[in-house]
Amino acid sequence: MGQKVAMTGNIAVANAMRQINPDVCAAYPITPSTEIMQQFSSFVSDGEVKTVLVPAESEHSAMSACIGAAAAGGRVMTATSSQGLALMWEMLYIAAGNRLPIVLAMANRALSAPINIHGDTSDAMGARDSGWIQLFSENAQEAYDNVIQAIRIAENMEVRLPVMVGMDGFIISHSIESMELLDDQVVRDFIGEYIPNRPLLDVDNPMTYGPLDLQDYYIEHKRQEYEAMKKAKPVILQVAKEFARISGRKYGLFEEYHLDGAEVAIVVLNSAAGTVKTVIDDLRGKGVKAGLLKPRVFRPFPADEIAQALSGVKAVCVMDRADGVNGLSGPLFPEFRSALYDAKQRPLMINKIFGLGGRDLGLQHVRDVFQELLKISETGKIKTLAEYMTVRN
Amino acid sequence: MSGLKNWKEIPTGGVIEEAGNADNYVTGGWRTYKPVLDEQKCIHCLVCWISCPDTAIEVKDEKMTGFNLKHCKGCGVCADVCPKKVQAITMVQEGK
Repeated sequence: MGQKVAMTGNIAVANAMRQINPDVCAAYPITPSTEIMQQFSSFVSDGEVKTVLVPAESEHSAMSACIGAAAAGGRVMTATSSQGLALMWEMLYIAAGNRLPIVLAMANRALSAPINIHGDTSDAMGARDSGWIQLFSENAQEAYDNVIQAIRIAENMEVRLPVMVGMDGFIISHSIESMELLDDQVVRDFIGEYIPNRPLLDVDNPMTYGPLDLQDYYIEHKRQEYEAMKKAKPVILQVAKEFARISGRKYGLFEEYHLDGAEVAIVVLNSAAGTVKTVIDDLRGKGVKAGLLKPRVFRPFPADEIAQALSGVKAVCVMDRADGVNGLSGPLFPEFRSALYDAKQRPLMINKIFGLGGRDLGLQHVRDVFQELLKISETGKIKTLAEYMTVRN
Repeated sequence: MSGLKNWKEIPTGGVIEEAGNADNYVTGGWRTYKPVLDEQKCIHCLVCWISCPDTAIEVKDEKMTGFNLKHCKGCGVCADVCPKKVQAITMVQEGK
């Protein structure tokens, strides 16, 4: 069986990559994901993997090299954060549009300006419409497990879309946690041999990659991408089911924590979910029906399942560790509220933008949110639809 | 757009399952001026052939034989590079 270890999120992800043994990794270092490739490059130097490591001169080039290697027929991985992901932006769409199953580990970090190296999900939210599947992780264990599952999801022939796996920068990427590493052979058997789709290096069957696609076919190719993203949902669940067999750990589209029969609930990504769980345990002890929905899969967006899970909850707070800067709310809020629009019992919903640039979310902050939700549930009235919290007013 | 395939019938990712298919992309319709060859003047130096950005100069047995007007966009590079003493190519407005 697996091995119990103490590791940072970054080292855990680097070990997942070691066990996956991709054909090519092209990357450029950026805090706080640097340690992933630093550790992985040691694995390359020590001969523990057969990966060709391409140290690029920028993230734009790193993603371009990943695209080239994936089109050639390789299993390809990379890692980045923040400005690095932002610099990849143009190429992210090309990876997805070309249907290349690249897997990217992302230590979520705030975007400049002002410059900040700490954890929030602004970077991931900037890439949410790029055609990449997005998975999020509460802790090092989930980041490790998600990266391994991401390979199977991306490479599924019905899907063939790139996947990015997020974890909070520093809070998870640099904190040592107790977790389990699976046996190398178990991981290798789980991911299986890579079968490239129409590889460029198949010289007996020459292909044209990236040709001009105008009014006559562009929308047909986008329709295919839409279909692939839709099909990703059952594939993600199937892969999770198989992963549970080798690990004993169960994953879904999101995690429900005391959500069944909850009167008030919080929706939050990544490590902040851990803080919310602690408060829920406390509140449940006092008879308060508080719950949590922690999204694991943000792309594809599981609207129906979310509506089902939150229908009947009286008041919900969607907490965004990013600001969409639309003058209203964070980026999760409109999508979750829209998902609930057709629900049989639609909850009252509010939005909090919190923790930007790594600002701590304390237990009292979460207690305050639940207090506000209980008041909304009691009175049926929302005072403020969306606002900043964990900010000095 | 009759005769075009639907989204379920085409390869994913915009891939075209053959190489060298630019030949099927007819761009001659972009032309407003077309090159006309004076066979008497041409010395078959093939400077036009090596300069044409669209491989639209047709050559047989190392002799310049004319233009591939399905692909020639009428840029006029061939007429420009044709040696001053030769001037075997002139650009003529389409439709005149």
